[in-house]
Amino acid sequence: MEWTAILLSLRVATVATLVATPLGIAVAWLLARREFWGKSVADAAIHLPLVLPPVVTGYLLLLTFGRRGAVGAWLADHLGIVFAFRWTGAALACGIMSFPLLVRPIRLSIEAVDRRLEQAAGTLGAAPWRVFLTVTLPLALPGVLAGMVLGFAKAIGEFGATITFVSNIPGETQTISSAIYSLIQTPDGDAAALRLVVVSIVIAMAALVASEWFARRALRRLHGN
Amino acid sequence: MLRVDVSKRLGDFSIEASFASEGRVTGLFGASGAGKTSLINMIAGLLRPDRGVIAIDDETLDDTNARTHVAVHRRRIGYVFQDARLFPHLDVRQNLDYGRRMNGLAEDGAQRTRVTDLLDIGNLLDRRPGRLSGGERQRVALGRALLSQPRLLLLDEPLGSLDDERKEEILPYLVRLRDEAGIPMVYVSHDAAEMRQLATQIVMLQRGRITAFGGAEVLPTALARA
Repeated sequence: MEWTAILLSLRVATVATLVATPLGIAVAWLLARREFWGKSVADAAIHLPLVLPPVVTGYLLLLTFGRRGAVGAWLADHLGIVFAFRWTGAALACGIMSFPLLVRPIRLSIEAVDRRLEQAAGTLGAAPWRVFLTVTLPLALPGVLAGMVLGFAKAIGEFGATITFVSNIPGETQTISSAIYSLIQTPDGDAAALRLVVVSIVIAMAALVASEWFARRALRRLHGN
Repeated sequence: MLRVDVSKRLGDFSIEASFASEGRVTGLFGASGAGKTSLINMIAGLLRPDRGVIAIDDETLDDTNARTHVAVHRRRIGYVFQDARLFPHLDVRQNLDYGRRMNGLAEDGAQRTRVTDLLDIGNLLDRRPGRLSGGERQRVALGRALLSQPRLLLLDEPLGSLDDERKEEILPYLVRLRDEAGIPMVYVSHDAAEMRQLATQIVMLQRGRITAFGGAEVLPTALARA
């Protein structure tokens, strides 16, 4: 049970982070560099999972992406994608819950990129999307990595929305957090729960150290020689 | 031939400028705040005129009546900024190569050697911009613009951020560039001595209006003789 939960958590958080990152970069760029109608509403909507009770987010996900939800029913009928009570649903819940944490550092680092460098790239013949790929994104890389690590750490620890949306099924949706929750309620589960607690701490520490290391490397690459 | 006939409002400042220049080096001369940078930003396509026409030879880049506005990256106009603006995450070689890559031009070792020799930057290729002096940075920026094979080169006070000694270091390269590279240039400066050395035609700008147009004789001489 413990290993199953650990591997599942890693898989859920990895998939959530990898899928959310390109989307997060796009959203961060829009918020940092574009003015559009309803921008403040969009900004608020992205941050909503941060301030809503996770149970509410999970329940909303169930209503939307559940088997009988508007989006869930369509996805199941047309594409065969089912989120409800599957590990993919856990990844969706974790992705949405960690999205604000992922977007924020990326947005800040894109805002910090000197726009005059982007102009220079334009005069050298780079179309806007190439300016983004060759100048903006590489210069914002420390923020992208920081966002990914923060998002990953949040995804690994997510509990409320996940358990509400996809329940607590061993081997399918039982992540480290929900496994600890189950173990605490089981007689003689304390030892196993503690082992999972230690694993959580190790993963979180490793993520922080890795982000620090990436950020430093990136900074040296950008400003040193 | 470069033809400019534009007007642009920027807050409570306005530019109304009209000139046509055949010169190898068109000097845009005027005090700071005269609108020189705004004017060449319009030529580069970084700033859109409210009204008017900008054309090189018989290609129209801007024509507000016809709603023409060629995007910056399609203009093939090189720009050397006062603050160099080298890409900090790329080394000198990659900076020099950037325009060629973005324009999909074939690799041309001979051309690159010619430019790096002209500007004496061949020994800097592996360095990052963070490790260059101000004068070296400006030379690399010149080379980077040249290697994108522009049909017009804009230079916005390229010596402006340098001390006198560094200016003396760069000026000869600019003269060589004018005489050897064969690319028409628009040179922006508030320094009459620089203008006299480089420009073949001079556009004098004051508070957004052109007050004189012609050869070196339109430059203020009093200071130079004093």
